[in-house]
Amino acid sequence: MNLRRDVFQAISDPTRRAILTLLATQAMSAGAIASNFDSSRPTISKHLQILTECELLQQEQNGREIYYHFNPQKMKQVADYIEPFRQFWEERFNKLEAFMKSHEPKK
Amino acid sequence: METKTKVTAEEGKQELFITREFEIPVSLLFKAYVEKEIVEHWMGTKVIKLENKRHGSYLFETTDPKGNNHRFNGTIHEMEEDQKITRTFEMEDSGLPVQLEYLTFEKLTENRSKLTMQIIFKSNHYRDQLLKMPFSFGINMAHNRLEEFLSNSK
Repeated sequence: MNLRRDVFQAISDPTRRAILTLLATQAMSAGAIASNFDSSRPTISKHLQILTECELLQQEQNGREIYYHFNPQKMKQVADYIEPFRQFWEERFNKLEAFMKSHEPKK
Repeated sequence: METKTKVTAEEGKQELFITREFEIPVSLLFKAYVEKEIVEHWMGTKVIKLENKRHGSYLFETTDPKGNNHRFNGTIHEMEEDQKITRTFEMEDSGLPVQLEYLTFEKLTENRSKLTMQIIFKSNHYRDQLLKMPFSFGINMAHNRLEEFLSNSK
């Protein structure tokens, strides 16, 4: 199982969530991103690699530097994951409600 | 149709909440969780055992469209009529760890009630895995339909 490409795994880490927040408004180079954190540069690189592998970030070559962009489309996909689960329960509960309504003792 | 069921799963946490308001009295909502025939109807499962008491346990068996049987079981820790059920939940042979479920039943008005399910997982990874299940299932269904369509059109 490749956990690294798992979007949920990617966003479960607080540093990676902070990186996503940072990049939500602007594209930045790896160096500029790392300067916002106390963690070592290789640690931040590792986080960027994971976020890029699961497509939450996209890389763009800009001169000699690589810039990281946030990919909102992928984030939307995360929100969409929950929707089928919610619908599954919604259907079950609708059934429960309909069934109990028909079984309600007449007053 | 408006969506009455809400699912809250905060990032990085190992729990999730499912809430739903019903247009039935709380006594009927609770009944739907403790009466064998009713549980079988709305959960679409066979109820093999359901002991509604502290130290009691339950065992459900569901047959999927392919004819495979899946068993679900758990232990009941707390059972207070029209108020709460605390129980564990295990999907047998799924490789997924046991979950802890707190079910709270609330009376809103004479004819309205609310259910809150708090589910606690071994880790947030397992929570996310469960959340994605219907999603993956949906994808598989789409794949199966596509395969069916392709094999029929040969």
